[in-house]
Parts: sequence; structure tokens; C-alpha cells
Amino acid sequence: MSKFTAHINVMPRAEISDPQGQTVERTLPSIGFEGISGVRVGKRITLTVEAPDEESARTIVSNASEKILANPVIEDYELELTPL
Amino acid sequence: MIPTVGVVVFPGSNCDRDANYSFDYLGAKTRFIWHLETDLEGVDVIVLPGGFAYGDYLRTGAMAAWSPVMASVKEFAAAGKPVIGICNGFQVLCEAGLLPGALRRNSGLKFRCMPVRIRVETLDSPFTSGGMWPGQVLTIPIAHFDGSYYADDGTLEELIATRRIAFRYCDEEGELSDEANPNGSRQHIAGILNEQRNVLGMMPHPERAVDPAVGGTDGRLILASVLYSLQPAET
Repeated sequence: MSKFTAHINVMPRAEISDPQGQTVERTLPSIGFEGISGVRVGKRITLTVEAPDEESARTIVSNASEKILANPVIEDYELELTPL
Repeated sequence: MIPTVGVVVFPGSNCDRDANYSFDYLGAKTRFIWHLETDLEGVDVIVLPGGFAYGDYLRTGAMAAWSPVMASVKEFAAAGKPVIGICNGFQVLCEAGLLPGALRRNSGLKFRCMPVRIRVETLDSPFTSGGMWPGQVLTIPIAHFDGSYYADDGTLEELIATRRIAFRYCDEEGELSDEANPNGSRQHIAGILNEQRNVLGMMPHPERAVDPAVGGTDGRLILASVLYSLQPAET
């Protein structure tokens, strides 16, 4: 068995408005940051997974992401996996 | 027949006692069901109450949806028995896949706590068949941060075509408008039904509008309707 570190980046789906991101974007110029657009706020989940190989580790984390870590109705996720 | 209402208690539920009190007030028998329990024997109605189950960690309702009791609630619902999820309970039902869509942060990024008007959109459900008319405007309080209903266009079309929107936010006259929509819900949705029409999720709190001592009694119509729906036909 090997250990892997996984980072799961969970973001609101592109077609869905992101009120948090919009609010941050509106605030930035007022504190002196110009030229910034397209702000979106998501979350990043980090975990360690033990599995026979990288492929099965990826399957485990993907399944967990689909089932609970992200909500596919409103969120997309990207998975980064590195051997520990 | 005096129905027994089971109120599920998750760690972090905080409207469980209100729900229990309200059904008790209306003459039902009531029972609390801890989220680790799986035996729903003798229960006629399940309530998933408001609150912050599991601290709303990860997403509202996400952890609660996988509590041991939810497997039993799914069987209960599949058997056609009535389930009502209120506020956090609605979020749990969506996360558990018992209702379509999801509830997102309110569009104004504010926790909204106030009485709102909702319009009865269908009488074809145990929650709306007993004692209201189509288009009736009810005053029921809301108290939520994450109540903005989202579903994709196809799902919304299906909800409309099958008349599964139970309640819409509206003004005093029953008109729909952005101003009367407290959280940016798509299609002004305040409550929806599942395909079999025996599972209702709604953000407003009918259990907070039962006892006149705390303002309003319109919530009685919804909760009493469920109790009527369980009565055997007279012979």
C-alpha cells in the first residue's frame, strides 16, 4: 500500500452565479486594487489516502468527491494527487 | 386515528422542539428520533427540522444526509409516507437526493429572518390538500443564510410541468417579484415536492406559525393538512 496526498479544489459551477465572488470583486477597487475581474470563491480540501496504486487512490478520492466532498448540482471539482 | 409524528434530531438541529410542540398543539402524537436510530416503526410522518445539522460543515445538510437515520427515511419515503423537511431539513433532503436541486447562499449574502408571504402552487400533495385554495397567500417566517434554491433549467422545467413547486415567495397580493424573493431562489421557489408528491422541502418555518402567542397561525394549514391526509376515508 502507498500513501498519496490529494487536494480537491471545489468551485461553484461556471454557469452558476457566485455572490461571494461578486461581492469580493466589487470590494477590491475600493481598497485600491484595480484591474481585477472574474473573482470566484471556492474551497480546497486536503487529505491523505492509502491505496495499492495511484489509479485506485484516484478512484477512491473521485468517488468521495462525487458523493459528498462536492455537490455536482452546484459545484465542479478538480483533483490533484501526489505520492507521499 | 391520531397520527404519530417523528421529529428527527441531528446534532445541531435547533427547531426540533418547535416542530414537536406544533404537532403536539395540533393534537398529534410526537416522538423525537435521534439521528443514529434506524427504526421508524409506528411513525406516520417524518419531520426533518431546521437548524445547523453537523454545524453545516462542508455544505448545509451534506453530512446529515448520510446519517444512519436517513437510510430509513429513504425507505419511509419510498413507501409513500409523508416526509417534510423544513429549512435545514430541506437542505438535507436535497443533499440526500430525495429532492432535486440544491440550496445556496442567499443572493444578498445576508441571513434573512422575517415573516414572508408564500403562495400555494398546488393542492395535489398531503401537505396542501387539506384546507387551502390554489393561489392562497400564507404568511410564514423564514430564518436562513442558505436558502437560495438552485436547479438547472431542465429540472426547473420538469418541476413546473409536473406541478411540483409547492410554494413560491410572493408579495401580499400573491404577485411574484424580485423584491418579494428573499434569497434569489430560481422560479421564486420556497418549497418543492418529490415525484411521488409525498416528500416536501420548504425553507419557511410552518412550525413557527402555529401558536398565536408567537405570531401567526398560517403554518397550521400545512401541518394539519398532513395529519388530515392520514385519516382513513369515512365508510
